[in-house]
Amino acid sequence: MTRSVTLVVDPTACRAHGLCAEMLPDVIRLDEWGYPILGPEPVAAGRERDVRAAVRACPTLALRLRRTDPSC
Amino acid sequence: MTTTAPDLRRDGVCAPRLLAGWFATGAPADRAAHAARYGPLPVADLRHRAGRAELTETVARAGLRGRGGGGFPTARKLIAVAAARGRPVVVANGCEGDPAGLKDRVLLEIAPHLVIDGIVLAAAAVRARDAVLCLGEGGLQVARIAGALAERSGTDPIDVRVTEVPHRYVASEESALARFLTRGDARPTMTPPRPAQRGVHGRPTLVDNVETLAHLALIARYGAEWYRGCGTAAAPGTTLVTIRGAVWKPGVYEVEYGMSLESVLDEAGGPAAPAGAVLVGGLGGAWLAPPFADVAFTPEDLRAAGAVGGGVAALAVLPRRACGVAETARVVRYLAAESARQCGPCMFGLPALADDMTDLAVGRGGPATLARLRQRLDVVPGRGACAHPDGAVAIVSSALRVFADDVERHVAGAPCSSAGLRPWLPVPGVGG
Repeated sequence: MTRSVTLVVDPTACRAHGLCAEMLPDVIRLDEWGYPILGPEPVAAGRERDVRAAVRACPTLALRLRRTDPSC
Repeated sequence: MTTTAPDLRRDGVCAPRLLAGWFATGAPADRAAHAARYGPLPVADLRHRAGRAELTETVARAGLRGRGGGGFPTARKLIAVAAARGRPVVVANGCEGDPAGLKDRVLLEIAPHLVIDGIVLAAAAVRARDAVLCLGEGGLQVARIAGALAERSGTDPIDVRVTEVPHRYVASEESALARFLTRGDARPTMTPPRPAQRGVHGRPTLVDNVETLAHLALIARYGAEWYRGCGTAAAPGTTLVTIRGAVWKPGVYEVEYGMSLESVLDEAGGPAAPAGAVLVGGLGGAWLAPPFADVAFTPEDLRAAGAVGGGVAALAVLPRRACGVAETARVVRYLAAESARQCGPCMFGLPALADDMTDLAVGRGGPATLARLRQRLDVVPGRGACAHPDGAVAIVSSALRVFADDVERHVAGAPCSSAGLRPWLPVPGVGG
């Protein structure tokens, strides 16, 4: 079984560029001030590539992947 | 545990523990009075691994939980810090950032040695060599603690120093303290890692509230069974609580967990006017509606009744004739101003909540304002680095529930029954 990962945002680093919601409209929506709202669910199987691309694209490196495994 | 444990009960009620000296003498305890009351500091055993393990085990069996608001089991923190890589440091949190609370300041003022005992014991238990006691900048307690530390100079195995922290609501959050002590910036950081893993200068950092440490100093002396002799099985012991607002004798009291909320308020003479609600947990807490007789004063029971968190032990009684909508608007305006302005949902969300509440309070807000406010309350919580936005959401959400009739009248454009009355809650910089 592959390790599951979850998208998280460092709220202190996010500057509401909104790229993540553009790249992953089915995963991330923006609040009325332009900040991303992320669900707690692990990244769905088959979406890892898209998600990693969004993480790389974040201009402030606020979007991150965290291993869902709580022992980390 | 060589010292005789003090009486658990007197006249059927739990005897004060932390405030015992104050009730007996009416004066802050100097070192001699402290030693006469509580006996010597049992720190020698902590030089050995077995002694350290025994203290941690005793704290675990006592069921001590943090008194700073989180309610986290203290023993679990001790274990996490002791197990982390690197030489730990202890940070005692006496900042008391919530303006509704006074209990830490009172404790530091009247029983400074009990707090310092707890710091020394906790530090020895995790093999720390130094500890920092954080106090609000310019507070009266700074001189009291400096005097107490001077009295014990050279007698403790731990180096305890005092640091004054700027007054800011979020500055006493544990990651903010760790950042302040590392870089001078008292704003919360994203976690994990928590300070227990990587805190001050990257070291494992035990951040404990000063009252928690004072209880630990008594548990180390008298044991877990003594500690559990008051309170309930799930919430053992006593706790300090600040009681203010419309009560006859506002002040700081030591109460046994498990009393009814009504009996706790009676400690302060009871409501001085028919109570409309009580704010539980400080300005980032939640409103509870009467009756208070059926609610047990434990973190779990208060949560079940609508309160939040592990309980910043502050209660503020609002009389029925006051307006909960207007009071809440002032509080959320203050909380918005106290944002560290790091996280978008807090930086923009809290002023938006404050605007909506103000519009409702002054009769500018109709059903659309209320609908927008409810939607914002769903979106803001859980999205900051710290729980500050969650606290603002908690007080507003509970206000909409507890003061539903008032909200309805305001939405309908009826004049506010308490317009022009003096505000009840202690909100700095917004009057009162």
